[in-house]
Amino acid sequence: MSDATSTSDFPTSAKVVVIGAGIVGNCLVGHLARLGWTDMVLLDKGPLPNPGGSTGHASNFIFPVDHNKEMALLGVQSANQYRDVERSVDSGGIEVARTQERMDEFQRRMTSAAAWGVEAELLTPAGVKALVPFINEDAILGGFHCPTVSVVDSLDTGTLFRNEAIEKTGLRVFANTEVLDVETEDEPATGLRKVTAVVTDKGRIDAEYVVIACGVWSNRIANMAGATIPLVPAVHQMADVGPIDVLAETNNEIGYPIVRDMDTFCYERQSAGSMEVGSYAHRPILHHPDEIPSNEEAALSPTEMPFTPDDFDQQMEEAIELMDMLGDAEIKYAINGLLSLTPDAMPCLGETTEVRNLWSAAAVWVKEGPGMAQVVAEWMTHGYPRVIDAHGADIARFYSQERNDEHIWSRAEEHFNKTYGIVHPAEQWEHRRNLQVSPLFSRQEDLDAFFFQARTWERPQWYGSNADLAERYGVQEREVEWDNRWWSPITVGEHLNMRDNCGVVDLSAFQIFELSGPGAVEFADYLSVNKIGPVGRATYTPWLTPDGGFHSDLTMHRVAEDVVLVVTGVFDGGRDLHWVRKYMPKDGSVIVKDLTLDISTLGLWGPNAPALLATITDADLSQEGSPYGSLVNVDLDLPAGTVRGTLFRISYVGDTGWEIYVPWDDAPKLWDALMANGRDQFGLRPTGGGVYGTSGRIEKGYRLQGAELESEYNPLEAGLARPKVKSADFIGKEAYLAAREQGDPEVHMCTLTVEDQTDSQGRTRWMQGGNEPICDADGNVIFDSHGRVSRVTTAGYGPSVGKHILMAYLPTAHAEPGTDLQVMYMNELFPVKVVGTGAPFDPDDSRLKS
Amino acid sequence: MSAAVLVVIEHDRGALADASLEALAFGRSIAEQLGASVEALLIGAEAAGLADACVAHGAGAVHLCSNSDLSDYGPEAYGAVIAAAAGALSPAAIAACGTDRGNEVLAHAAAELDLPFVANCTDVRIGDDWEMTRVQWGGSLNEETRLTSSLPIVSVAHHAVEAEEVAPGASADVQPLDVTLPDWVTRSLVQDRVVLSEGLTLATAPVVVGGGRGVGSAEGFAVLEELAAKLGGVVGCSRAVTNNGWRPHSDQVGQTGTRIAPQLYIACGISGAIQHWVGAKAAKKILAVNTDPAANMVVKADYAVIGDLFDVLPAITNG
Amino acid sequence: MRVLVCVKRVPAPGAKINITEDGQAVDATNLGHTMSPHEECALELAVQLVEAHGGESHVLTLGEAAADEQCRWAASIGVNKATLVDVGTQGWDPQRTATALTHAVRSIEAADGAFDVIIFGNESADTGGFQVGIRVARALERPMVNAIKGVDIVDDGAVLEARRETDAGMEVFRLPMPCAIGVKEGITWPRYPTMRGRLASKKLVVEQQTSDAAQGGQTMVRLNRPEEKVSETVILGHGADAAPAVVELLKELGLWTEGAAS
Repeated sequence: MSDATSTSDFPTSAKVVVIGAGIVGNCLVGHLARLGWTDMVLLDKGPLPNPGGSTGHASNFIFPVDHNKEMALLGVQSANQYRDVERSVDSGGIEVARTQERMDEFQRRMTSAAAWGVEAELLTPAGVKALVPFINEDAILGGFHCPTVSVVDSLDTGTLFRNEAIEKTGLRVFANTEVLDVETEDEPATGLRKVTAVVTDKGRIDAEYVVIACGVWSNRIANMAGATIPLVPAVHQMADVGPIDVLAETNNEIGYPIVRDMDTFCYERQSAGSMEVGSYAHRPILHHPDEIPSNEEAALSPTEMPFTPDDFDQQMEEAIELMDMLGDAEIKYAINGLLSLTPDAMPCLGETTEVRNLWSAAAVWVKEGPGMAQVVAEWMTHGYPRVIDAHGADIARFYSQERNDEHIWSRAEEHFNKTYGIVHPAEQWEHRRNLQVSPLFSRQEDLDAFFFQARTWERPQWYGSNADLAERYGVQEREVEWDNRWWSPITVGEHLNMRDNCGVVDLSAFQIFELSGPGAVEFADYLSVNKIGPVGRATYTPWLTPDGGFHSDLTMHRVAEDVVLVVTGVFDGGRDLHWVRKYMPKDGSVIVKDLTLDISTLGLWGPNAPALLATITDADLSQEGSPYGSLVNVDLDLPAGTVRGTLFRISYVGDTGWEIYVPWDDAPKLWDALMANGRDQFGLRPTGGGVYGTSGRIEKGYRLQGAELESEYNPLEAGLARPKVKSADFIGKEAYLAAREQGDPEVHMCTLTVEDQTDSQGRTRWMQGGNEPICDADGNVIFDSHGRVSRVTTAGYGPSVGKHILMAYLPTAHAEPGTDLQVMYMNELFPVKVVGTGAPFDPDDSRLKS
Repeated sequence: MSAAVLVVIEHDRGALADASLEALAFGRSIAEQLGASVEALLIGAEAAGLADACVAHGAGAVHLCSNSDLSDYGPEAYGAVIAAAAGALSPAAIAACGTDRGNEVLAHAAAELDLPFVANCTDVRIGDDWEMTRVQWGGSLNEETRLTSSLPIVSVAHHAVEAEEVAPGASADVQPLDVTLPDWVTRSLVQDRVVLSEGLTLATAPVVVGGGRGVGSAEGFAVLEELAAKLGGVVGCSRAVTNNGWRPHSDQVGQTGTRIAPQLYIACGISGAIQHWVGAKAAKKILAVNTDPAANMVVKADYAVIGDLFDVLPAITNG
Repeated sequence: MRVLVCVKRVPAPGAKINITEDGQAVDATNLGHTMSPHEECALELAVQLVEAHGGESHVLTLGEAAADEQCRWAASIGVNKATLVDVGTQGWDPQRTATALTHAVRSIEAADGAFDVIIFGNESADTGGFQVGIRVARALERPMVNAIKGVDIVDDGAVLEARRETDAGMEVFRLPMPCAIGVKEGITWPRYPTMRGRLASKKLVVEQQTSDAAQGGQTMVRLNRPEEKVSETVILGHGADAAPAVVELLKELGLWTEGAAS
């Protein structure tokens, strides 16, 4: 190791500079070394082995069960990496419930445990007490026990990974070295900047790659380069109380299972002879990175801020209620420990969207550190992570409105107390709404629309004004509140009305990027599996990762000789735009422009759609005049004047119709005309996202990026491979061809119908599409040879099929139509039948051809 | 010639405290600004023998108060003597060294006289007002302060100035100071002593070998003891060590422990927290032994050996 | 036995103490607050004396309203009563502080009875004036010795035997009670509050006082950070191999005697 006191051997250049020697930075250099990287420098402004960041005061335990796939699997992955270096003890852990609602949640946790292959059991209060003799069993209703909950040594593990990189590649490490600036240069052709150097108080290092693994300080360092890492340092209070004889007698760092007192948002974790009581129950306490003291200024460490006891009093009372012995133990150490929170409670991984080769490995906690570090190392090496699809953690997911302090703080404040909360898969944010609305927003409000927010965009999920449709079709509320939450029978009414008449869906949230210039088409082809069509055609296509998995699926519109529009969903717009910028030619032959706020899109579908559309245009709307996949530029004769629009014949809902593209400001004119002409004569209703995104889509088995489509799966498995592969090169082609060479894929994306929704209490239940595992007839969860679990990627009621429909990848042996399987939901098994890889509704697409 | 600066000489049953010589040097710096002389105040008959040393260090006159009540040290008694001397001698200022005793007796005198007292100065500047620099936060901060007083009473921070022999061999003219002390002053005289250690102490040893958290256990201090014995020094420790119960508090070097000023301080496995540093920084030279080259102690030391103290110390001890 | 303990709320900084722009105070933004280690020991001593001899302990502080936190801390480890002299956020000079505290002690004693012992910390952690306790004791005409590291109640409760550390051992004082002492860290091993203690302390009623004491003769102009010694550390070597270089250094400093007992 270098002497930090001498500056003579401070490097002037390196291939990679990793800033931050906490658990993430250390594991990152270790993983990069394993992947063959050399010429690396690791910096930290603090001393080693504990530079004073969050790693140094973490409670260091890992509960492997999470409903989110990325967090769960990377938690397991991380736990195993800690085990590999023998810095881990399986203490076991028990979540205890004080409420019936929590007991119900435990059923859901059992289900997720099954999905991720994690051993778990439910315990009675007596069962909990058998494992934790000092617990007050009268305070609890039961427990959720996970024997593989582990306690790790994150500092030591970090040191081992760092040393591995030193031994393997001669990594140079500089502690007590403060980063003063991160320098960049312009890259005019792409509009990005490129990182060039890191300036420290010990000298300047020219660098090809810079990784920010600075925990709570990450955004401050990113800002030096003009980039953003949207996270905020937030307080997690922790008090260490002891000594306590029963704990000391174990002669062990951890001898009893960790207890998570879920309904008080607290945990009790033995630490040798004392107990650490940690809380996520106090008011959210956020800090600006500039408020964090330096190592020198801090009384303890920078991220161990002064304890504010008033915020902890209630937790003390509840802790004593749960474990009486805690009341008489001395509070030896108590901190307002800092950790990182992001606007959506997911990490910030990947290349920053503003600066090429500036990477973020931030907002990662100890429990997922080694796994997340592996994700970033693989991403840097292979162009995409291999261990898991990480779209939920991809820093490119954030739009600019999600990157400012107001948003970060508000969202962090809102979700902090949900750390141990019971969060519904469809749960909506309360604050920071209406950040981005469609030009039809006020009209939709007038129609009593219930909005779901997709990142920044407000989209009607259903319209309260359509309540009569629910009545017309006799649709009931769902029996169990959880199943009914964030759902409305109106959706079913809107769906059936669309099938009977027609519906208009506001698609203004589509993210539209224009590629223009002499290289535009060639570049568009390079991004896409499927060949870009001639002018007047739109192509539905996957974008693959270099490894041949899904990065995205979207449509590419050839609107002029040298112009292609990329039209993608709002959840992936940020990732897709970054992908374009990352790969676009640097010779200036392609110009990319974001047209999202210039173009509005309305979807018009249903048997009456052609007749309704004919009331405002003379264009030939027949299958010949406007064939599937065509783009037809038309004049729309609206009462408010003639509007120029483009008709794209396509459907994501299974009925014939169009996506109609018009200038943003003209959308209200079109909407008004359709409503005026359509409501009485053609049965037109405004139709929400519940139909577009779920019920209409799932009846047709259409795939959705981020649900069915992830980088872990390829087009063959997803059933999206075409008979031939185009000759032109495209990202992921080699891997795609290799997969095709192997013949039939191991798994197939299938639709399934739930044959009986009745649970053991006689209630009708509705799977939510929250990774519920698919089991064979014997109740065994189905995994493939890669360990990928068969799980529900989307669930939704198919009103026209009359059944609850699920989508899941199934191994070939289970994918045969008619196969009887089971789905686990709330820890119960329900019979399901495989429909096959096709659609349960109108499998021949006859309605699209009419 | 104007009134003198009266310096209170600290001693223990006639044994001069070195700190007093610093007080005399400090007194001279004040006196020079005032164009005055320095006079020493000896309290207790046993102190009579210290007069020559006072003169050698610049005292122009020596006053000895040998009141029979002053059988031993007592803060209230000494404070009363100083207060009485203020009346009897009308000095321009009263000074002492900022030791436990020095600060204590000046505070008692100031309380008696109802005058301000400024403790632990490092510098005094006399213009229209008295302005001084004094230490706060155990020396981590300096305070610039202004004093308004008919009789400035100040102590000098220990180790802030160097003692200097300015008139070697000069002999003193000792003037008796007769004061009447109230009866109650004897209530706080030293009544007894418990001798815990003979010989070297943390405060006086030429070499201190200090151990911190890096020593790891009470037993680990054996290698420090061996080196200290070899060098004729003593062992000290950091607050972390005391808190862990590895050494008694009396071994603690630091802001709230003992402040040391040896020829050499060998700091072993000590990170260099401020608490410790302010107690150690008066050492003439500091040698840090630490595995972490970035440790604060290493950065602040004059010399360092990077390595495990359990390797390094025995190697030194064995020459 | 009635015991009063006086504490001062101070920021809890790290190694580097920041000063506000106007130089009038320590910049305590994002710092916690505490009291000096001497005072923590003083609190513990007060509680122990009452535990051993019965009676009541009382904490007195002068400072800003937020010093309520230090009163509750005292209560959380067992101190029975609390009085806060609220003088706002401006620091008071030692004479003024002593006058206000003296007045407060008299008022508490008038209500609840005289204190047998008043315990101060040897000096405050921040300003370190080394005099407030002595001035208060003098004004109350009670014996007072500073730097105490051991006490016993002797002579049937009439005398407080106080010991203080010297280079050679301990000096013993026998102070007739009522008396006052200033104590140093090490006199006790301060306990931490228990959770129940903390919760109980919330019920403490902190008596609020104000003071019109006159300013003393010492006025702080401003705070500065002393210049740090900037010196390149000479690395003598790594591990045991460095021993010869260290021995050379010791010889240079005249601290190495060849053949000395080893």
